[in-house]
Amino acid sequence: MVARAARDIQAGMTVNLGIGLPTQVIEYIAPDMQVCLHSENGIAGIGPALPYDAADRNLIDAGGAYVSPVGGTSYFDSTVSFALVRGGRLDLTMLGAFQVSMRGDLANWKIPGLFTPGAGGGMELAQKAEQVLVLTTHTDRKGRSKLVQDCTLPLTARGCVTRVFTDMAVIDITPNGFALSEIAQGLTTDDVVNATDAPLDVPSGGIPVF
Amino acid sequence: MKLPDKTTTILDAIGEITDGASVMVGGFGVPGTPFCLINELVRQGAKDLTIIKNDANESGMGIDHLLKNGQVARLITTHIGLNPRAIEMMNAGDIKVEFCAQGILAERIRAAGAGLAGILTDIGIDTELGVGKQRVDVGDRTQMVETALGADFALIHADRADPFGNLCYSGTAQNFNPAMAMAANVVIAEFEALHPLGQLSPDIIHTPGPFVDRVVELTELTGEYAVVRR
Repeated sequence: MVARAARDIQAGMTVNLGIGLPTQVIEYIAPDMQVCLHSENGIAGIGPALPYDAADRNLIDAGGAYVSPVGGTSYFDSTVSFALVRGGRLDLTMLGAFQVSMRGDLANWKIPGLFTPGAGGGMELAQKAEQVLVLTTHTDRKGRSKLVQDCTLPLTARGCVTRVFTDMAVIDITPNGFALSEIAQGLTTDDVVNATDAPLDVPSGGIPVF
Repeated sequence: MKLPDKTTTILDAIGEITDGASVMVGGFGVPGTPFCLINELVRQGAKDLTIIKNDANESGMGIDHLLKNGQVARLITTHIGLNPRAIEMMNAGDIKVEFCAQGILAERIRAAGAGLAGILTDIGIDTELGVGKQRVDVGDRTQMVETALGADFALIHADRADPFGNLCYSGTAQNFNPAMAMAANVVIAEFEALHPLGQLSPDIIHTPGPFVDRVVELTELTGEYAVVRR
C-alpha cells in the first residue's frame, strides 16, 4: 500500500508526508524523480533518512527521523513553513487517520480520554494542501472500520480527503461517497465491502489490483 | 560606537523567572530545544508556570523534567504524542493543556512579537479548536480571530551568537525560536558558539540582537542534545 501510495506523487510537486505510515512513502520515491519534499518543522528538499551514526542532530523531519539534505535544500522557521502550507504551495499531502468519513472529513488528532496527541500541523495540511490523501490501515486495532459514514471522533478538517490508501484497497471519495478504485492482491470486493462501515460504490467490471 | 554586551550566567538569567510566569520555549523535538536553560529552570524550581512550546519533548527530556517536577500549570502546545506523562497529566487534570494548530501557534507568537493584537484565519474553523472563537467576515471569507500570544520569558537555543544577542540557528533547529525570540518581555538565549562582535556576517543573522535580552554561552552540551537512538 505504501508503494502504491507513492505512485500518486507526480514529478514537479511539492509534497508533505505526515507522521506515521506516510513517512514510509519516501522509500518508494525514485531517486531521480524531480520532487520537493517539505516537512513542517522547517525544511524543503528532504533527502534520504540517515542512520544514527551519520545523523546531524539538528536535522530531522516532523516525525523525528534524521534526514539528509539534497542539492537545493532550504531550512526555515515555523512561520515560513506554514506560510508555505497555508499560502497554497503544497501540491499534495499524505496523512494518517483515526477515521475518514464518506464526505472526506478527517479525524486524526484526538481520541477523547484515551489518546490525544494533538493535531500538530495536521489541520493546516488537511485544510490547505491541494490534494489530501490518507494512508492508513483499513481497520483499527479492535477491527473497526476507519472508513465511516460520519466521524465520531473530533475532526481535524471537514471535506478535505479525496483518496484513501489502506492495506485492503484504494478508495476515492466522490460526491456520492466512497468508491472502490483498486484492491489489494488476494482480496475480493466483498472483503473490502464487509470491512467498510459505510456504503462503498463498487464499479462493475474488473477492478485493478495493487 | 559599540553594541551592548548581554552575556550573563545561566544562574542569573533563569533566576529572573518567578512562580506563575509564562515561558515560551523554542524547539521542535530535540533540535532547537534549550535543554540547559530548562534544566536550570528545574533546578531553581519556579512553579505554576504557563509553558508555551510546540511539543512536550519525550520522556526524560526537556519539558518532561518540568512536568515531572510539578512546575507546569498550563501547557499551550500543538502535539504531545511523544510524551506519555504529558497525556497522563492532562487526562488526570494535573495540568491544563491548550492545543493550537501548529502554524497558528507560530503565527500568534509572531503577531505578539510584531506588535499585532491577533491574526485572522480559517484554520480549525470546523473543529473543536474553533469553538467559541470570535468570527469575522472578510469579503466572502469567514475567519476566526486568533489572539496574539506573548509571554513573560522566552527560552531560545541558538547555534551561534555574539555578545549583543545576534543569533544564528542550525538546520531544522530554527522552528519556533525566531518567532519566540521576538515575543517575550525577557528573551534568554543559550548558544553553542560565541563569536566576537562583527564576526557573524550581518547578512546571515536569523534573529537580530535588539530582540534578545540575555545570552548564555553553553560550555558543554548535555546528552539531551545528541542524536536520539529510539
